[in-house]
Amino acid sequence: MYSMKFIVSLILTGLLSFAACLYLPWWSISIVAFVVAALIPQKPLASFLSGFTGLFILWISLSTWISNANEHILAHKISMLIIKMDNVVMLVLVTALIGALVAGMGALTGSFLRKKQVPKS
Amino acid sequence: MRLIPLLISATITATLVILFNTKLILPAALGKLLAPQQGLWQNAEPAAQDFSADLKFDQLKGKAEVYFDDRLVPHVFAENETDAYFIQGYLHAKFRLWQMDLQVRSAAGRASEIAGEIAINHDREFRRLGMVYGAEKSLKKMEADPLIKATCDAYTAGVNEYIKSLTVATLPLEYKLIGYEPELWSNFKTALFLKYMSYDLAARETDFEMTNAKQFFSKEDFDLLYPVIQDSLDPIVPKGTLFTTPGVVTKPPASADSLYLTSLVNIDKVNNPDPGNGSNNWAVSGSKTESGAPILCNDPHLGLNLPSLWYEMQLSTPAFNAYGASFPGAPSIIIGFNDSCAFGFTNGGRDVRDYYEIKFKDESRKEYWFDSAWKQTDFRYEAIKIAGKPTMIDTVAYTIFGPVMFDKSYSGKRTDNKTNYAVRWKAHDESNELLIFTKLNNAKNYADYQEAVVNLHTPGQNVIFASKSGDIAIRTQGEWPAKWKGQGDFVMPGTDSSYMWQGMIPDIETPFQYNPERGFVSSANQRPVDSTYPYYLGREYPTPRGALVNRMLADSNKFTPERMMKMQTDNYNIFAEWAKPLFLKNIDESLLSENEQKYFRLMKNWDLRSDPASTGATVFVLAWENLRPVILDDEFAKAPQPVMAPFESTLLESLLRDSAWKFIDNINTAAKETLPDICMLAFKNAAKKIMIAEAAGKLEWAKYKDTHVDHLVKIKEFSSLHLPVGGGSNIINAARENHGPSWRMIVSLTQKTAAYGIYPGGQSGNPGSRFYNNFVNDWAAGKYYTLWMMTNEETGDRKVKWKMSFSKS
Repeated sequence: MYSMKFIVSLILTGLLSFAACLYLPWWSISIVAFVVAALIPQKPLASFLSGFTGLFILWISLSTWISNANEHILAHKISMLIIKMDNVVMLVLVTALIGALVAGMGALTGSFLRKKQVPKS
Repeated sequence: MRLIPLLISATITATLVILFNTKLILPAALGKLLAPQQGLWQNAEPAAQDFSADLKFDQLKGKAEVYFDDRLVPHVFAENETDAYFIQGYLHAKFRLWQMDLQVRSAAGRASEIAGEIAINHDREFRRLGMVYGAEKSLKKMEADPLIKATCDAYTAGVNEYIKSLTVATLPLEYKLIGYEPELWSNFKTALFLKYMSYDLAARETDFEMTNAKQFFSKEDFDLLYPVIQDSLDPIVPKGTLFTTPGVVTKPPASADSLYLTSLVNIDKVNNPDPGNGSNNWAVSGSKTESGAPILCNDPHLGLNLPSLWYEMQLSTPAFNAYGASFPGAPSIIIGFNDSCAFGFTNGGRDVRDYYEIKFKDESRKEYWFDSAWKQTDFRYEAIKIAGKPTMIDTVAYTIFGPVMFDKSYSGKRTDNKTNYAVRWKAHDESNELLIFTKLNNAKNYADYQEAVVNLHTPGQNVIFASKSGDIAIRTQGEWPAKWKGQGDFVMPGTDSSYMWQGMIPDIETPFQYNPERGFVSSANQRPVDSTYPYYLGREYPTPRGALVNRMLADSNKFTPERMMKMQTDNYNIFAEWAKPLFLKNIDESLLSENEQKYFRLMKNWDLRSDPASTGATVFVLAWENLRPVILDDEFAKAPQPVMAPFESTLLESLLRDSAWKFIDNINTAAKETLPDICMLAFKNAAKKIMIAEAAGKLEWAKYKDTHVDHLVKIKEFSSLHLPVGGGSNIINAARENHGPSWRMIVSLTQKTAAYGIYPGGQSGNPGSRFYNNFVNDWAAGKYYTLWMMTNEETGDRKVKWKMSFSKS
């Protein structure tokens, strides 16, 4: 199934993105994913997926954690405001998807920095 | 390296970042808004949020503790006064920063900085009215007073320490959503905030509408439509009170009846502060209460918003200990009580904003004709920053009267570009309004109240007082221009000094009541005195609420706080008590259709209470609303617009007094209409609208009226909508659609004070907090909270949930 590299990339992207967002703008996740993918060579698709999944899991966990503690008071209002429906789950998914897409593309870009000969995993 | 895929992929990544980080492509910067560690999720305050903290600041002189109770009301215990104000500033900012910032930017005519071009007219209107000019003058006076300066400095420092502590993540939600950042506070902003309250409460004028009415109607008709005093007036100072010989003798100009004013103003409907910015207050002496101690009640009627205008708190120092509603934006407690007494306000409502027509020599506006000579104007250059556009410089000419608000460069919909109008507004004068509040917070007795109250110049208020020593008092306080009859009702000539204000009413002649024999004092925005008072006070005062309050207080004894709660939330419609018989007497039920009969019976059997489920209340309101058009539309159709509509009590009293009132006849028909004819027609017209309301399931009064508390910039999701609330216009529970009792307070001055209060909001301004609007439903249900004047010994009380410690770093 998944290689060790994939798992390490995924976890590293998630952890470093969390750290980066404590100090840097949110889109630093794309740079984190880029750097991780550049340093840990994988096939482009695998890089994309590790970046994508890393942020998807991170942001879905963070927003779910926050919203639960908030008893979803704000998420109801914001989901009505932004996605025009009272749907907390959807808001969490939209959040996670944005992070995942940006990090996934950052990782894909990073993977192209490597030479084509990626050792078979 | 695979260059082409790399470039493509990098470009897509960059595009995604731009897409989600800016508003260039999507209407919102979704990534920035939804990033969990920085965006809106960070404003989702945990329901179990711990507000306790240990804070250190250089500016503090000593130590202070803040105990938050279960409603998030802070009880501030500080070793000295300036520390208390520092902490008040800090807490106002922590819980209400966005609204404070928004209100003063709006007051300063700086809305375009955020909203862009659509706010430009708002900004020009406010600047040309002289809001900033007035605030600058007030600031000078405030800062010349060392005590007030120290108070403001400490307050400002507290606000700013909080602002400086903000991060991208902790920024209040609305800044993130709209996309801008807070600015540091200053004493000037406190002055601006107070000026904003003057605008809300003392800037209403109908000079242009009245000018049109005067031009259009004959003198006889005009007097019928716009009488100075209504029969139903029960003034604040009872009729028959003797007044001293006036200290200022006003002299009407010789031309007052002829020249004043000859030209029609042709303008559209204009913005004006809400005419319902009124309030109730009353106090009963111990002789009328069960406990033998005075009770004071106050409920200011203002626009209902979230976050609320009010923030509840206790300020306790060795010098004073006060509890009540404060204004985020200004130091001290505004409406509340201390260990000795209680104090409150209703709006004075007098006309202190007048217009003068200015004759400029030429287009340059450099000189104007005044007292037979060309006089130099001063120019004030207002730089208005506009989001996404170059800054606009608005050049405003200042005359001896004040700023020329409407001229060729800015019509404000009041001028057709040929005329120029300067505005004289009482709020242009320097004053030190904060002093009344700091002094009332400290007041021990009636003498202290007297010393405090005279510091309030504008907005003039009916300031009510009651003390544990048994005193009750009310004073129609303000620095009021002494006017001759009719002065300032219309636009006045500005070519000489004869129409200018000739002086201010001396303090000693301010009508007041101190321990009157009847055992109560009250006000509900009615005219403060009867016609024997030697100064002219204008025409626009509501009468019904005041009449009912006085009747209820006079009719009863043994008042308790619980009975006062019932009274403050009373939905009895006294106006309907007066007006309903008009319909019952003049409508022949047998001539109505079956459906109309059904509605008519709802009104007939109605108990005059505008309770939430009442259907009779809805029928009555619609019947009354439809009466004025059938009586007056024919006469008013040809009048220049806008024109002043007669007050509803004028209309009602005229019809009750004279069933052949001249305006009843429809001048467009050959027939001579009678009072029964027009009542019938009004009711038939109303029935059509009632039917629509019924079909929409909105026949019940609360559903028809649909009271809501709106978010300050009208974000629907952050508002409290469709509240099941009764009451309304002319009712003690004056809850209208988006306006009403903004803070209800009842204070029983027994040995241990028993106080109750509520406002339709919550202590936190954050829509993501459970304290954002948690009072609204209780407010709607007419409930009250016990206001806990905490003591030093009660720090271990179960109600204390969190503790913030402040000390010098």
